[in-house]
Amino acid sequence: MTAQELIRTARLRARFIRWPGRLGKTGTACAVVLAVAVLAAVTGPWLAPDNPTLPDLQLAWVGPAAGHLLGFDFEGRDVLSRLLAGAQSSMLGPLVVVALAMAGGAALALTAAWRRGAVDAVISSGMDVLFAFPGILLAVLATTVFGAGLTAAAVALSVAYLPYVARVLRAGALRERNQPYVQALEVQGASVPRICLGHILPNMSRMIVAQATVLFGYAMVDLAAISFLGLGVQPPAANWGVMISENEPGILQGYPLPALSAAVCVVVVVIAVNVLGERLLEREVTR
Amino acid sequence: MRFLARRLAMLAGSLLVASFVIFGALYLAPGSALAALSGGRALPASSVAILDQRYHLNDPFLEQYGYWLDGVLHGNLGISITLRENVSTLIGNRIWTTAGLVLYASLIICVLGIALGVLAGLRPGWLDMSTLVTTAVTAAIPSFVAAIVLIGVFAVRLGWFPALSSGTGGGFLSDLRAFTLPAVALALSSLAIVARVTRAAIREEAEREHVQTAISRGIPMRQVVQRHILRNAAIPITTVSAITVASLIAVSAVVETAFSMNGLGAYLVQAAQSKDLAVVQGISLVLVTAFVVVNLLADLLYAVLDPRVKLGARAA
Repeated sequence: MTAQELIRTARLRARFIRWPGRLGKTGTACAVVLAVAVLAAVTGPWLAPDNPTLPDLQLAWVGPAAGHLLGFDFEGRDVLSRLLAGAQSSMLGPLVVVALAMAGGAALALTAAWRRGAVDAVISSGMDVLFAFPGILLAVLATTVFGAGLTAAAVALSVAYLPYVARVLRAGALRERNQPYVQALEVQGASVPRICLGHILPNMSRMIVAQATVLFGYAMVDLAAISFLGLGVQPPAANWGVMISENEPGILQGYPLPALSAAVCVVVVVIAVNVLGERLLEREVTR
Repeated sequence: MRFLARRLAMLAGSLLVASFVIFGALYLAPGSALAALSGGRALPASSVAILDQRYHLNDPFLEQYGYWLDGVLHGNLGISITLRENVSTLIGNRIWTTAGLVLYASLIICVLGIALGVLAGLRPGWLDMSTLVTTAVTAAIPSFVAAIVLIGVFAVRLGWFPALSSGTGGGFLSDLRAFTLPAVALALSSLAIVARVTRAAIREEAEREHVQTAISRGIPMRQVVQRHILRNAAIPITTVSAITVASLIAVSAVVETAFSMNGLGAYLVQAAQSKDLAVVQGISLVLVTAFVVVNLLADLLYAVLDPRVKLGARAA
């Protein structure tokens, strides 16, 4: 690594690390919302005041009471406890989807951009075929084959998101590939994995973070929809999508709070992620 | 013309691969086809032989795929194991519910979403700010959440619309009424996204030099908007509208389930739960085809809007 490069990467890192400070009021609010959601996902099961899966039919649809801020659901379980316990699978699911899609997408994008020519053509047309499968459809197919559950749904969604991720990252990787610093590294005899993983990938980190943030919102909505269809997380496990689905009859019967509180959790997290993602993408474009 | 031919060839190619993926994936599904056909009963060897022959159960995978594909091309998608009926008939009975729902929702998205975006883009101020905030919230509302809220408010509380719609068949006006809540639920978040992208595209074009020049030369505002702003902003607007309309095809499954509608998507979910593989294959194929065709139409529309696309360059 030359001195110039050291300075360049150090500067990039510094800019990258500083971004939370420049999000503005709305952005900071969104970051706080996300931090709370992550905290709930990590500590939720321990924070839950009541047992989130133990039914007590005598308390079914009972409204808010002292010590039970959001009342009870259709089986008489404390809604707040279930929300806290459900944060884990509701946040972890999209995280897995995003991680898999970004890792796969980045690997394909880097390979396509590095090798170009035939390899690029094969990867791109493979992505075009995959593009024909909407996420929810692929998830339904996967759950038919492997049985309903979060794992099959999450893996299927990450595969469905691959073409979108790979397309954007490929463009970014091609741009980096043509930068003089890559040629310089090649001339110096640096190995291909080292150039790709140690230099190109870090330089694309802002783009990757922006894409991942946007994708998280989509993944959350799609996974919740799959759970709503009964093909994702299986009850009685706590999950926000499951809670909306199982408490849906309450809406018709005049007890909307259990379903709505879970819906509000999903919507608030997705708003926060979308607003943050939009900010990050804008910055990526204007860079 | 060459552009069209190339895109049609690509369409056929990706549909072929997609059909192979759909068939292959479900071929791998656990459970024997014979047990599903017999309903789990033990059958005499002669019946097993007949079934084996009738459904080509002992042939190699590729030959089975060939038989299936041949059937598909002749409109024969196999037989539903749970309902004992032709999958093509079952799909034919339900396809208009889904098509009507998706078309209705697309209409709402394209008309309201684009109008809202154009208005907000051209008039900075309170309208713009409130559009930005409202769309940021509605873009995050999943369709099934919208569905249950709409049912709760407009069907149960106010009684303006039926809560559960059984599908088409009650005359146009009653269909329209039955489809309104589902279509709004399906359209809501996409409408917000289309409005936001439209607004951004209009704003960006309005700040471009050629527009500023046109304004400073005294060209009437109406003409500037029509000829210089809208025409150029049309490409990103078409892109986002096409993507969101295509995505409705899959999401319709969720809305149909929420409203207990008798559509393809809801049937797909039921079939997936009861492992009715022929139905899952058939509906998946129909949905994938619809998705690909909508995307093709969008590509053709770009070629009309932006002549550079025809020459081989991709729309940005």
